[in-house]
Amino acid sequence: MVRVQLLQLAHARSGDKGNTANVGVIPYDEEDYPLILEQVTAARVKRHFGETVQGPVERFRLDNLHAVNFLLHGALDGGGTVSLMTDAQGKVFSTALLRMEVEVSDEVARRIRGRGRIPRAEAEALHE
Amino acid sequence: MTAGRRAVRIASGQGFWGDDLEAPVRQVEGGPIDYLMLDYLAEVTMSIMQKQRSRNPDAGYARDFVPLMERIFPACAARRIRVVTNAGGVNPAECAREVAAAARRAGLGGRARIGVVTGDDLMTRLDTLLASGHALRNMDTGEPLESVRDRVMSANAYLGARPIARALNGGALVVLTGRSTDTALTYAPMAHEFGWSWDAWDLLAAGVVAGHINECGAQASGGNCMARWWAMPDLARVGFPIIEARADGTFTVTKHPALGGAVTLRTVKEQLLYEMGDPADYVTPDVTADFTTIRLSDDGVDRVGVGGIRGRPPTSSFKVSIAYSAGYKAVGTLVYAWPDAAEKARAAAGILQRRLDRLGLEFDRVRVELVGWDSTHGALVGEPPADIPEVQLRIAVRSGDRRAVKRFTREIAPLVLTGPPSVTGFAGGRPRVQEIVAYWPALIDRSVVEPHISVDLVEA
Repeated sequence: MVRVQLLQLAHARSGDKGNTANVGVIPYDEEDYPLILEQVTAARVKRHFGETVQGPVERFRLDNLHAVNFLLHGALDGGGTVSLMTDAQGKVFSTALLRMEVEVSDEVARRIRGRGRIPRAEAEALHE
Repeated sequence: MTAGRRAVRIASGQGFWGDDLEAPVRQVEGGPIDYLMLDYLAEVTMSIMQKQRSRNPDAGYARDFVPLMERIFPACAARRIRVVTNAGGVNPAECAREVAAAARRAGLGGRARIGVVTGDDLMTRLDTLLASGHALRNMDTGEPLESVRDRVMSANAYLGARPIARALNGGALVVLTGRSTDTALTYAPMAHEFGWSWDAWDLLAAGVVAGHINECGAQASGGNCMARWWAMPDLARVGFPIIEARADGTFTVTKHPALGGAVTLRTVKEQLLYEMGDPADYVTPDVTADFTTIRLSDDGVDRVGVGGIRGRPPTSSFKVSIAYSAGYKAVGTLVYAWPDAAEKARAAAGILQRRLDRLGLEFDRVRVELVGWDSTHGALVGEPPADIPEVQLRIAVRSGDRRAVKRFTREIAPLVLTGPPSVTGFAGGRPRVQEIVAYWPALIDRSVVEPHISVDLVEA
């Protein structure tokens, strides 16, 4: 088994509802959905964020989309216009969550290697 | 009526007030569409518009919408592309007058009917409602609105699709609303075109899902998408999403082929999860949709099929969006350079805090962030490297006392000559004191709102 960042397994999008941030987590490969269900639990996400998320964390399954949705309550310093945070609308809680580490088999690790980050060659091409 | 015979193409042209001004023009010119939906209203937009209207009775709507319509009116009239938008803000009647004038300038006098939906504005009825037992409790905190009544700036019920469909049925080329749900702007045309019954819950729920995909513009067609973002084609000319709707409630998400971006399972899934609460319980005024029933299929290049959606009857309430004045805030920034950039920035923040304390100023909250290090991922990133080349110190304060916030804005620049060295980036001048207009979500019985909803048709 190897520890990898969730960034290699899934992409995500986050947003806000008042003082709650939501993060939708979507595995790149549907076959990794069970692994995410097993390891990326509400309790682990709560621990991952620590004091940043002052309220509870809820998790909702979307088996149909092979995706999960997290609600991080009390994450936005009052939210919306009240919040003093740069990220008052919770737009980048997505990648903050993808920093979390999960355990995968060596085989999975090989399959997902390098995912989620721009490959050097393509980065160079982008600037041409 | 074309019910059941062909697909109806509903294009998204604007995801918020301030979105890509050229996007709706690209949608009209880039290929066939039947409807153009333009979403201008975010949660606190209504209060900004209310403020503008209090200074000028002719203001209070999305002004950008008028010159846009003047540009696209000829094409819309010639091809019978109907525009559905919440650009009316807190003044749909004045917006309609300006749009009618734009139609005449575009040579469409007498040939463009404008539908105007009103009845969402509860501001003038607020005290009557409170007195008759509608507490308008904050959905998050449970507090009754009475506690902030004297600071309320706007109060609007989120209306659904029925009045929009009525305006379309009345032959409107443009339908203007105030506070409608974002999703209604997309599914009202579907309900109208296909003659859906208002208790066809699964069909209406499918419309809501289509609306959720359309309502944030390019966020469903490649914008802000994390999956291989670097390979997303031509975002400079991104094609906003188009819903190709069918009478049976199934639809395809697509875009004009010549424009940039992409519509894939990944771009659509990301948007489906955006600002999602409990996915099984997506509440709208017309139907409660279950997002856990959505079936997606990859139907080829830039085509994602959507079906299987189930819905159930709506709740007995309408959601109300209330904005109230909640004090003041300001944000000051300075940039510190290597060496020891982060240490210098933190020392400066400490000096500033002691100065504010000595002045006896009290704040509800002071927040210190190091932009370039922890302003987005906070404590998750640990301590900055000793050799970090630079950081921007960002200090924000919040207080009910305007004078305290104002004085804070005077205390940033002095740090340049009286604090740690190698500091720059203060050329923008003093920070601005901003009034905080906070959001108060509430519920109200639909019977209080529905009798006041009206649909007027104005001829250009």
